[in-house]
Amino acid sequence: MVAAAAAEASSLRVREVSKSFPVPDDPVARRLTLDSVSLSLAAGELVSLVGPSGCGKSTLLRLIAGLDSPDSGELLVGSEPITEPSAERGLVFQDPNLFPWLTVRRNIEAGLVARGVLREKRHEADEFMRLVGLETFGDAYPHHLSGGMAQRVALARALINHPKVLLLDEPLGALDAFTRMRMQDEVLRLWQARRTTMLLVTHDIDEAIYMSDRIVIMTQRPGRIERTIPITLERPRDRSSADFLRLRGDILELLHFAGNAVAAV
Amino acid sequence: MLQEADRRGEVNGSGIEAASTAPMAMAGLRSAATKPTITKSRLRTLIVAPAAGAIALAVHLLVSKTEPPPETRSYTVFLCVVVIAFVIAALVQFVWPGLRRWMRDMCPIFAAALLLLCVWETITSGFRWLPLPYFPSPAGVLQSMINDGALLFDSTWHSLILLLSGYALGVLAGLISGICIGWSSPVRYWGMPVLKVVGPIPATAWIPLAMVVSPSAIISAASLIALAVWFPVTMLTASGISNTRASYLDVARTLGAGRAYLIFRVAIPAAIPSIFIGLFMGLGASFLTLVVAETVGVKSGLGWYVSWAQGWAEYGKVFAALVIMAAFFSTIMTVLFKVRDRVLVWQKGVIKW
Repeated sequence: MVAAAAAEASSLRVREVSKSFPVPDDPVARRLTLDSVSLSLAAGELVSLVGPSGCGKSTLLRLIAGLDSPDSGELLVGSEPITEPSAERGLVFQDPNLFPWLTVRRNIEAGLVARGVLREKRHEADEFMRLVGLETFGDAYPHHLSGGMAQRVALARALINHPKVLLLDEPLGALDAFTRMRMQDEVLRLWQARRTTMLLVTHDIDEAIYMSDRIVIMTQRPGRIERTIPITLERPRDRSSADFLRLRGDILELLHFAGNAVAAV
Repeated sequence: MLQEADRRGEVNGSGIEAASTAPMAMAGLRSAATKPTITKSRLRTLIVAPAAGAIALAVHLLVSKTEPPPETRSYTVFLCVVVIAFVIAALVQFVWPGLRRWMRDMCPIFAAALLLLCVWETITSGFRWLPLPYFPSPAGVLQSMINDGALLFDSTWHSLILLLSGYALGVLAGLISGICIGWSSPVRYWGMPVLKVVGPIPATAWIPLAMVVSPSAIISAASLIALAVWFPVTMLTASGISNTRASYLDVARTLGAGRAYLIFRVAIPAAIPSIFIGLFMGLGASFLTLVVAETVGVKSGLGWYVSWAQGWAEYGKVFAALVIMAAFFSTIMTVLFKVRDRVLVWQKGVIKW
């Protein structure tokens, strides 16, 4: 019972959320970015969000992170409404955004310092550096790291707070193809070890199929949920299996169709 | 590449010989310029400074023949000490790699400085091209420096105290106002116009007012220096803070950061490179304000000393004070550079493993 309640606490619900932004050169007009989006993630679920650029994926992630607030609608983690950013909801951007003035170790410890628990939990920094394979780089400064290493530090920095929900905004988008595939496995490993609820924004259909339990497809602006596709392939998944490729073809077709539909309206 | 070529060249170790036999400064200069190309680079860096010193010494002995010995003896001693010091350094560097690296870097500069002294001496006491007493020879300047050593030391000390207290005050005030203006938009709204209107007035323009208002000249000078420092430090701190990348702040907030963390551990570290630019600009402004304040109001310090010596037409002392000022200000500047290198180690390619 207790375990079920704990699991329930890290579920994520987005109900009828809309968000618009002012148009830069027009003081009155506002552009609708998200139009009544509803989405829910069970605890421990890994869901990918794909869609054309400018469809409001990143906006939705910022709303869930609490960095912006919606015009209407409701966002909940467990039964708690989201009103402001919190260490419960980690966010990793495409740019690792490591603090360049801190060493790798201090970057990873940042969350502990921010929450004022560094003294008790300092050992966790070692644990997380090991987890992402950077234990020998503790004293290096971020600009000495490769893109993949920097992104691993960013992941460790987000994970050290044990967030209930981890939001990933194209975290692997800037990496080369090989590093990217390795990092996908890395993220999956972390996810399986910690069972954190994860919402992954990506442009890469392969990545979405390879990693997620479900793929949510969004339409062009204003962003709406077009469709949700459950991925039931056995893990670990084979990127070249027939099922994988068929699914990939279906989704690509769907995205193409979704694009045309919007253009017709 | 150059060193490679030099190493292949013939060893010709008679660099000093040409210098010591040079009948004229110009001949000496030419031999110093042509010699190194056919000597090993290692040998060149070793020889160039003592050679320049020897040339300066030779020129000095030649031109000062007509002057009374007590006036020039200390400069002779000084040049001898310099030459001996460089010869010793040239020997010690064989067993001390750190010194060797430093010498390879600095010897050409020292040699050029010594040759410059030599040129100065030639056109002052040598050819007497420049009118006396306004342009004394280096020997005369050194003699004034030694004769008036106690007062110069005292003046330097007073300048140092005044400069540091004014600078510290200005930096403190500038950091506080800069952080407030950079971080909070209401403070920026009300503070920025004040800053933009009052800040650009040169601090020295306040001198008449400061002398009336303040109880003592020292306090008014310190506050003027502080004012001169305050403006650039505030401006660059504020711009550094308000230009903090929004994504750093976003990341920190999703890590559970409160306002104190965002200001002191994100915005301020992100602004440090900009803050240091303000600190350097403020330092330059503080030197200027210090000297002007000492010249017109305060009755101590190097600025006061210069105008006092000028009043007695003792230009040797004026130059002596200028030389000390140059050394004094550039030392302080160097200290600030070192501090910056330490603080901004994360910007450089330095890793401590």
